[in-house]
Amino acid sequence: MSTVPPSAPAPLIVPADSIVPGRARGRGPLRREGPAKLTGEAKYADDLVFPGAWYGATVRSSEAHALLHGFDRDDAFEWSKVVFVTAADIPGDNIVSLISDDQPVLVPLGGEIQHHAEPLALIAAPDRATLRAAKAAVTPRTEPLPPVFDPVVSEHVFAHYEISSGDLEAGFAQAEIVLEGTYTVGHQEQLYIENNAMIAVPEENGGLTVYGSLQCPYYIHKAMKRALALDDIRTRVVQAETGGGFGGKEEYPSIIAIHAALLARACRKPVRMIYDRHEDISATTKRHPAVVTHRTAMRRDGTLLAQDIDVVMDGGAYCTLTPVVLSRGALHAGGPYRCPNVRIRSRATRTNTPPNGAFRGFGAPQTEFAAETHLNRLAEAAGISPLEIRRRNVYVLGDTTPTGQVLRHSVAGEEVLERAAEAAEFERMRERTADARVAGNSHGGPYRTGLARRAPGVGIALAWHGAGFTGSGEVKLASVAAVELTGDGRIEILTGSTEMGQGTKTIFPQLVADALGVAYEDVAIAPQDTAFVPDSGPTVASRTAMVVGGLLIKASQRLRSTVEEAMGGSFADSYRGYVRSHGPLRIDQRFEPYPDVEFDDETYRGDAYPAFGWAACVAHVDVDLDTGEVAVLDVVAADDVGKVIHPVLAEGQVEGGTLQAVGYATIEEMQVRDGRYVNDRLATYLIPTALDAPRITSILVEAPFPDAPHMAKGVGELPMDVGAPAVVAAIHDATGVWIHDLPATPEKLLAALHGPRPATAHPDVLDAAVDAPIDAGPDPRPDAPTDPLPLRGVQPDGDEPTGDSPSDAPWDGSSR
Amino acid sequence: MSTVRFLVNGEPTELDVPGMRRLLDVLREDLGLTGTKEGCGEGECGACTVLLDGDVVDACLVPICQVDGSIVRTVEGLARPSHAPGEAAQLDELQQAFLEFGGAQCGICTPGMLMAARAYLDAGGGPDEAAIREAIAGNLCRCTGYTKIIESIAAAAPPGEGPAA
Repeated sequence: MSTVPPSAPAPLIVPADSIVPGRARGRGPLRREGPAKLTGEAKYADDLVFPGAWYGATVRSSEAHALLHGFDRDDAFEWSKVVFVTAADIPGDNIVSLISDDQPVLVPLGGEIQHHAEPLALIAAPDRATLRAAKAAVTPRTEPLPPVFDPVVSEHVFAHYEISSGDLEAGFAQAEIVLEGTYTVGHQEQLYIENNAMIAVPEENGGLTVYGSLQCPYYIHKAMKRALALDDIRTRVVQAETGGGFGGKEEYPSIIAIHAALLARACRKPVRMIYDRHEDISATTKRHPAVVTHRTAMRRDGTLLAQDIDVVMDGGAYCTLTPVVLSRGALHAGGPYRCPNVRIRSRATRTNTPPNGAFRGFGAPQTEFAAETHLNRLAEAAGISPLEIRRRNVYVLGDTTPTGQVLRHSVAGEEVLERAAEAAEFERMRERTADARVAGNSHGGPYRTGLARRAPGVGIALAWHGAGFTGSGEVKLASVAAVELTGDGRIEILTGSTEMGQGTKTIFPQLVADALGVAYEDVAIAPQDTAFVPDSGPTVASRTAMVVGGLLIKASQRLRSTVEEAMGGSFADSYRGYVRSHGPLRIDQRFEPYPDVEFDDETYRGDAYPAFGWAACVAHVDVDLDTGEVAVLDVVAADDVGKVIHPVLAEGQVEGGTLQAVGYATIEEMQVRDGRYVNDRLATYLIPTALDAPRITSILVEAPFPDAPHMAKGVGELPMDVGAPAVVAAIHDATGVWIHDLPATPEKLLAALHGPRPATAHPDVLDAAVDAPIDAGPDPRPDAPTDPLPLRGVQPDGDEPTGDSPSDAPWDGSSR
Repeated sequence: MSTVRFLVNGEPTELDVPGMRRLLDVLREDLGLTGTKEGCGEGECGACTVLLDGDVVDACLVPICQVDGSIVRTVEGLARPSHAPGEAAQLDELQQAFLEFGGAQCGICTPGMLMAARAYLDAGGGPDEAAIREAIAGNLCRCTGYTKIIESIAAAAPPGEGPAA
């Protein structure tokens, strides 16, 4: 493996107050597995070679709801050349073990197909051509059943929660302004660039080993044991280098691992189950669509009095992680705001669509898009600035959340809000976009800025994100991480936490080296292989740095004191001698509950999370009024992560999450027809390119979490919660229309622009305008048909009468 | 089957393969050069970007018959190989910049991104942000938001010699 000379070893942990926003480079060690990734030597699942391996494929349903009667297999095909596996060949339970036991590994004969692209049977063949021929020679025999596609009417409820505080009616009785709104969000595909991939290898002891692209080795380990009737020893899960996850490789890889293992068991050869992009998009999990309705009571000064919120999520055909996604969505549904009277009712239901699952943010981006967009509309109704309404309501230290949780520490809502607003010059930009609109009134329609075809806008959003698992989740997980002084005198980290780009393999050695007082390079990290590493819980929920990192520090502290007490010198000077005289030493650290954190899963009262992370975002957009296209030009993101462990990696999380949120807001639309994803290819499901991506400035804020030894709270999901509502607010600022149905595609925006004239800031008419049907009405722009503007490509830069020179206009992105 | 001869990272290569076999499969499976990745198989993601006679191509869209007599560069050809056994390969300045500036996260788009960037720099590209965005517009990244990739490429570029935006 090629390496580069180590970077300067110090400082391992960046000292407090040394973070410079957007300039935090050259600090922290270089990414541990970086050189292997940069030279092409890193081995992802599809790069692994297993001599004699066969190729596996999945026979899938082409119906959304049907009975499976059998398979018609073409006699012309030589079936002895392949193995064909059905539900009858499953040695253990025909269940993908997770929360509920509702999802089969393969639909059994006589069983119900619950969604399009559901696995029905498996085939393995010695080469791809034979596999393709075999797959083409089998047709499932089915009988259609009536499908359910609307989560709101579905009567099959996976989970429901109600959270309430105060007296809702009393709150509404005091109201000076009442506003209602309904907000919807669609599916979003994780779109890791490496497709799902799993290779199963039969072992001599009758066991099975899988090598794959995955986030959670022990989820797969558990699911394989059950479906294949194997014990701990004969089930082994090894993570290959993983090309992105974002939640998409949290629970779904379990079924792929079982499928590959079933085939390997049948043909007694290694079997490669490598999805192509089309199969990956068609069959694997997406972000849950949701419908969220808000009814809010407010004083005229913007003070929130009561929130009545209803959340419906579409779970798809099987439960997967839906109850936990819904729970997080419901707990975050009010937004990071003080409100004395709250009722949040939530439910997730079954539809005959492919199952939805984990995706960065895990329910919170859906409900916080609704909460933030609604709050922006409340600000408009009250005639106050969107920044000001947040200042007046944001949680501060000592406030109580709707579950009764008192925010005792690590509250940074105000700080991230002010830092983002200041860095983006939010109020000044807002004045300028308002001026641009006024200047345009005499020429075009009400939102047409003079002769300009493009309209600038600025928007702001704020969010909170519970750190770690919800409620008693971490206590139940009881994760273990270990640090070992090996027999040959090395320091090795043993965890099941995976690297998928976020930097686990870099920050763990940093934390351990810091706790032991040794160099970063002297700490190794063991491969994520269930034969060697303990179950550190899943690599999800932004919990790796916070929870598992904390375990490693505690293990290191114990290791250090044991060695130093025995040897009488510093750990760094004496650990090699300790191994020679005492032999190897491994310290396993199990999770201990954070002090005074209690949650009742039955009543939904108590401390929903040990702490919250806080995020604010200001987006500048430029809307093309003729095409409806939204260019997101600049985003300033301020994220409180408790403690920055590695500035470059932390910024990388903020930047990447922000762009996923921008995609969610603007172009990432999963179209579903008859329960099937229509745009199930990368040519049709769009994600932002470098030309679509805004310039992102990240500001890392540190409000320490005192119950973790390193004060860190996690970062991965935070930016996902704020980007979309900020962009939608900016679109409103530019055009006067509220998009309440993500994503804000050009089609939706044009329909809204050409529909009824957008409402003015008067609460009585707001609802009618926002929720009015968006059928295209008459073009409100008198001069539109004879628009004298040249095409965008030849228009000189900065010609728009925005009142400022283009050089200092942040939305001037014409060169991009 | 047809015989194709070409140079891969400077190494003369001769293969008897079906003429319509994808360059991507030849690299990954016949030559064991798995640094080049497949992300979509239809020329959308750019993970399989290699240089064919200096031009940026998606290896999933190139039949091997078109490669006969050509020069192919892949990510494996970027680092300077070690001269002594056991000595680490030396990253080139672009790889080094990606490492220092955080241009690689999960790493799956990285080989293709590096090759697109290499072509940009080889053509005289400079640190101009808009030009860099254009140069990597065919390469999707889901991790970084592109910010640190652009910074990495700009850092590896000769200072101040970027083409006009």
